[in-house]
This record gives sequence, structure tokens and C-alpha cells, in this order.
Amino acid sequence: MLKLQVKAAIWRALRPMIAALVGLLLGVAITAIAGESPWHVLCVIAKGAFGSTYDLGLTLYYTTPIVLTGLAVALPIKAGLFNIGAEGQLNMGALAVAAVGILCPQVTAPLNIILAVLAGACAGAFWGSIAGWLKAYRGSHEVITTIMLNFIAAGLSGWAVLSLLPSLDSQNPESARIAPSYVLEHFAWFPDAPVTWALPMAVLCAVLVWIFLRFTIPGFKLAAAGLNPEAAQVSGISVRHQQWLALTLGGALAGLVGVAEVMGHSGRFRIGFSPDYGFIGIPVALLARSHPLGLLLSALLFGALQKGTAELDLETTFVTRDLAAMIQAMVVLSVSAEGGLTLWRRRRPAAKSPVQGG
Amino acid sequence: MWAQILDILAATLRLATPLLLAAMGGLLSERAGVINLALEGKMLVGAFAAAVITLATGSPWLGFAGGGLAGVLLAGIYGVAVLPLKANQIVAATGINMLAAGIPPFVAKILYDVTGSTPSIELAHRFAVFPMFLAMAAPFALWWVLARTRAGLRLSFAGEHPEALAAAGINVIRVRWAALLTAGAFAGLGGASLSIFLSSAYSRNMSSGRGFMALAALILGKWRPLPTLLACLFFGLADAGQIRLQSLEIGGTYKVPVQFIQILPYVLTIVVLAGFVGRSRAPKALGEPI
Repeated sequence: MLKLQVKAAIWRALRPMIAALVGLLLGVAITAIAGESPWHVLCVIAKGAFGSTYDLGLTLYYTTPIVLTGLAVALPIKAGLFNIGAEGQLNMGALAVAAVGILCPQVTAPLNIILAVLAGACAGAFWGSIAGWLKAYRGSHEVITTIMLNFIAAGLSGWAVLSLLPSLDSQNPESARIAPSYVLEHFAWFPDAPVTWALPMAVLCAVLVWIFLRFTIPGFKLAAAGLNPEAAQVSGISVRHQQWLALTLGGALAGLVGVAEVMGHSGRFRIGFSPDYGFIGIPVALLARSHPLGLLLSALLFGALQKGTAELDLETTFVTRDLAAMIQAMVVLSVSAEGGLTLWRRRRPAAKSPVQGG
Repeated sequence: MWAQILDILAATLRLATPLLLAAMGGLLSERAGVINLALEGKMLVGAFAAAVITLATGSPWLGFAGGGLAGVLLAGIYGVAVLPLKANQIVAATGINMLAAGIPPFVAKILYDVTGSTPSIELAHRFAVFPMFLAMAAPFALWWVLARTRAGLRLSFAGEHPEALAAAGINVIRVRWAALLTAGAFAGLGGASLSIFLSSAYSRNMSSGRGFMALAALILGKWRPLPTLLACLFFGLADAGQIRLQSLEIGGTYKVPVQFIQILPYVLTIVVLAGFVGRSRAPKALGEPI
């Protein structure tokens, strides 16, 4: 019996991986249309991602925000919600981090770091909580509201950066520099690559989310609201409150991307800094079946993809880094199709849960 | 005064066009029971295909048809994922939207060696009014089909009581396929009207959330063609007002930041969803696979 269960669990974890592999290969195969050899493309991506300690450092640099946005998608999935608003949440988070770094230069370490991290998390949480409130208490579909909030966040942060925190030393669309005491030091192991304490922070977040869902009562309530809303409601859990909470916590996690970007890399808010980190979180969460620790691996895969495809601009004639978006899309499609297959063969799922759980 | 009102009215009709076509697509597929959050991607690909084909052939008619066809192709991929493979419709739609965002830069790089906008299309090769008339006629046509024809009845049953339809010996999956592909054509045409009617080229991510606004209009219109028409006109009016507000100065000196005005359509969409959705009722079997 136990053996069977273990076998089923392994199979359950393997299936999305096989599906993701199919999606990845489909995505790379598309390059044949552009007259490139898919094998060459694959080699360029792999070499670009892991070819040297510098490349590996950049891969880890890309992985950091992707872990956070992956968690920002995965946690609401546990409550039955699909958060595609991480992009807006991370913009608000980065704005708050930059604002603290610019406006409070006199705060000393380590208080300043704590302040900036809290600001990023709170701003993201606030942005997520709007969608959460709308979903829970007004019944507005979270997919539409979070997309709209992404556009609103882009507009608001752009305005705030250019009019309230303008850069004095450059003409680029970016904010002023944050105070030097806020800048995180780069790890020496990866020469020239911006790998900082933001990476361990992201990993810590994944562990904390795992503990939260696995071992705490609030985490149990949240997952219960996602697995079977009717049963949860009957046993005294306010499903609405859990929905609100899930999107708020998801927003907080996405908001921490601001720490990695502003304090760990650029030292300022650069408008449009995110290459759609918020959307990359979606395949990352799906591939890991929203498991916070498994998600670390899938984030590394997509971080490598992000770094590796950046090399395509130089190494091939017609294929650009935009290929990453297509590969991500193919992975989402094949993993979701696979999820549908497994889900329906066994049983009809809980009627109202909009996103496949687990 | 009258000239200004007429001007705004004309702009409203023009700006409502892509929204209206996409919303009619969404209406068809959602009434048949398939959630269509992939309208956005279909619009984007439709806009791109229309621009490319118009540039190549010089004919907006071919370009418009090509935009519709691109929407159908993308709808085909979505259909394979959600109908036979029974993927979660929301997740698969997000995948389609991501795919649609990746296709134009990929193809544009091969065709024009750029990843952003296509070259611009001559005025003579663009539509002056045709997509607008088509969009205004579509809700009436759909109302007639849904209310008066056998095909329309089957479509509604596929979304409300698929079991009853199946019991009557009709293939529900086939009805849903038909609705989904037609919806793709509508969304593709809506996108096409963005690039070869409202502007003079395809530009990166030019649908900018309109596929989702179309859904909000659909919800506001309670999944019925004529109220949805009104909702789209409302959004079009807001958009027309937004463009005019961008040059607004308060008290002669203070200029409202352009970003504040640009976000108005998105804020409006949220307000609409928050205020009215509670009273509108979705098709009963929406999102449930068969």
C-alpha cells in the first residue's frame, strides 16, 4: 500500500516534468521555422546559462526574482486563485524599496535593510490585497482585475519615479540612486555577477511558505479553502478571508522582487526593469505543482532559460531572447493540458475551484 | 459645441470597434460554456497578422481576413488544450496569451529584422470605416442567431445544460468547437481593426489589455449581445475621453500627469467588475469540461 502511494507520488511529480520537457522541446523546435538548427539553439541556451561561473552567477541572479514570483503565483493557487498580477505587485514593491532607499539615507544598518524589505513586502501585499478584496467581497474575477492592476501599477510607478524620485544624474527613465548603505554586496564566488543576499532571502521565503502551508493552522485553512470551499465554509473557515489573505501574501512575496532588483542590482528603480518576471512565475508554479520547495528547481530552470536565451541575440541570426516567452508559453500549455488529463481521469474536480489544486 | 460632440461620438464608435468584435467573440465562446480569457492573445496575433498581410499585399481586405484567420488558428490551439485534453481553461488561456506575446517579435525578426513594430502601412491601404460598421452590425446579427435560430439554441444549451443537449443526440464538443473557432475569428478581426483601422502599423503589445476589457464589457452586458454593445460603447466613450483629457490643463498651468489619464480605462474596468458583476449570471456550465 505504502509502496503504491510512493509510486503514485513520484508519478504525480514526474508527469508535469515530462509535460514541461515536451513543451520545452516544442518551443525550441519552433526555431526551425526561422532556419536555425534547434540543436544549436539548445546548445547556445545551455552554454549561455551554465558556461562559466559568470554565466552561472547571472542565471542565479535571474532565478532570484523568479523564485519570488513563482511563490506569488503558487500560494494563491493553494487557495484556488490564479494570481497573474505579480508583475504589478513587484513594480509596487520595487517602487517602495526605491522610495525608502532614496528618502531615508540616514537610517543605519541593519535597520535600513529591514525597513526596505518591509516596505517592499507591504507595497506588494497592498497591491495584491486589492485584487483579493475584489475577488472575495465583490466577486470580481481575479484574472481580469490583476491584469488591470498590472497596467495601473506600471502607470503609477512610472509617474512616481519620474516626478517624485527623479534621477538627477541621467536622462534614462529611472529614479535617483538609493543611499549607499542600502546597496547589497555581491557574493565573491561569482565574479561580476550581481548575486547577493537576495538569493538566500528568496530561498528562505520558499522554505517559510512550505512551513506555513505544511505545519501551521492558518496555512491549513488557506489550503482547505482552495481544496474544497464548501467543506471549508461549513467547518467554520471564512473562504472569503482566505482568498483575500492568499492574494495579499502572494503580493508580499512578489513585492520582495524589489529588494533583489533595486538593492541587489541596479541601485535605482529603472522603469520597465522586469522582463515579465511576474508572468514567468506562472510556468514556474505550475511545473512544481505549487510545491514551494520543488518550485526552487523549476525557478532555476526558468532562470537558466532567461539567461540562456539572452545569448540568442548574438549567437543566431533570426532568433532573439523573445524565444523565452514562447518556450514559457509552450510549457504552460503542455503542463495545463497534462494536469487536465490526470485530473479528469480520476474524478470530477471540486466544482468551483478555478485552478487545479495540489 | 456640436462639432465637438460629433467628434467625440465618432471617436467613441471607432475606439469601441476592436472591443466590440472581441466581446462578441467572447460572448459566443462563453455562451457555449468555454471561458475565454485568451481573447487578448488572439487580438494581438490578429493585429500582427493583419499588418503583415496588408503590408505584403497592399489590400486591407486580405489583411483583415488574415487577422481573423490568425485568431482562428490560435483558437484552434486553445481548443485542443481545453476540449479534448480538458486543460484548466484559465491556465491554458494564460498560456495562449503568453504564446501570442511571443509570436509577433519572433516573426517580425524574420520578416523585417526588428522585434518591435512593423513598418507603417500607407493610408490608402488602411480601412476608413468598414471594421466599424461590421462591429456595430455584429451584436444584432448575434442576437438574431442566438434568439431565433436552431444553431443559437444549441449554443446556449452547450453552455447552460450540456447534458440535455447531449441527451438530445447533439455532440456538445462539436458545438463548443464551432463556438470557439468563430470566437477566435471575431477576436482576430478585433485585433486586425487595431492595426489596420485605428492605427497605421502593428506595435509591440498593442492590444494592451483590450481583450480583458472586452470580457469586462461582456460581464457588464450579462452575456447578451445588445447590452454588451452598450457596455463596449461605454468603454469606447471612456477611451475617447481619455485621449482628449491628455492635453487637459487645470487652472491654465497644472497639467494632469499623463500616466493618471492613461490608467483610467483600467480603473474603469475594475470599477465595472466590482460594481455590477454580483448581479449578473454566467452561463451555468461555464468552464466545465464535458
